[in-house]
Amino acid sequence: MPTSLENLFGVHETALQLRSRRAQVLSANLANADTPHYKARDLDFRAALRQAREGAGTGAVAMRVTHSGHMAPAIQTGGELLYRVPTQPSVDGNTVDAQEEHAAFMDNAIRYQATLRFINGKAKGLISALKGE
Amino acid sequence: MSLFAVFDIAGSGLSAQTLRLNTVSSNLANADSISSSINQTYKARYPVFSAVMDRFNNEAGAAGVRVLGVVESQAPARTEHRPNHPLADEEGNVYLPNVNVIEEMANMISAARSYQNNVEVMNTSKQLLLRVLALGQ
Repeated sequence: MPTSLENLFGVHETALQLRSRRAQVLSANLANADTPHYKARDLDFRAALRQAREGAGTGAVAMRVTHSGHMAPAIQTGGELLYRVPTQPSVDGNTVDAQEEHAAFMDNAIRYQATLRFINGKAKGLISALKGE
Repeated sequence: MSLFAVFDIAGSGLSAQTLRLNTVSSNLANADSISSSINQTYKARYPVFSAVMDRFNNEAGAAGVRVLGVVESQAPARTEHRPNHPLADEEGNVYLPNVNVIEEMANMISAARSYQNNVEVMNTSKQLLLRVLALGQ
């Protein structure tokens, strides 16, 4: 049991953020299934999670704000987007395979739910410990 | 919560596919619109899709889709010799639109499938967000 409430949820908090980001990318692929020259993209979840975790530990390379006019850039959750290698390239340059994207989206949704379940379990455990029932 | 962006993206897909279905129905409805001159003949219309990259946070990579415009097909109109037709010109020719009905039907099926995919994405995201709301209960 972690002693600090801050990292109660551990890796799951970052995982949830990355899962929702991946859902966004995959839904963009599906929305552009008929757009000429659109290249399907995806997130390498393992690499992104490792990068996000390590970045959080070592202090990610952040932009310094030295002037009041500077805008603080949003801190990236980590992981760069890659381009999918098409299995069946089409003439119009579109690399979206609707079936593949659909499967990936569903997979991502189920893993999102799994992460939610872990978080829920941790919260419930803490609540029952607090109540002392 | 970036999962809400899924609704914008899938919604843009829905409206783009709706416009595509509209052009298909327009083309099919006018497939037999006969006219007496080539210039007045209906021309098949097609939407041109383009991805909208997120300008402020390109690393998010998420892109909706938008319709750049609707273009008219450059294929030549069909000419038929029907001297008895009331719209026939001096040479007895009438002009039919360059609509390929089979192509339009295939286009319609493709648009309907893409529409379904986007609806599915929205439904799944909705369920996920509802589960987030139910956390800790």
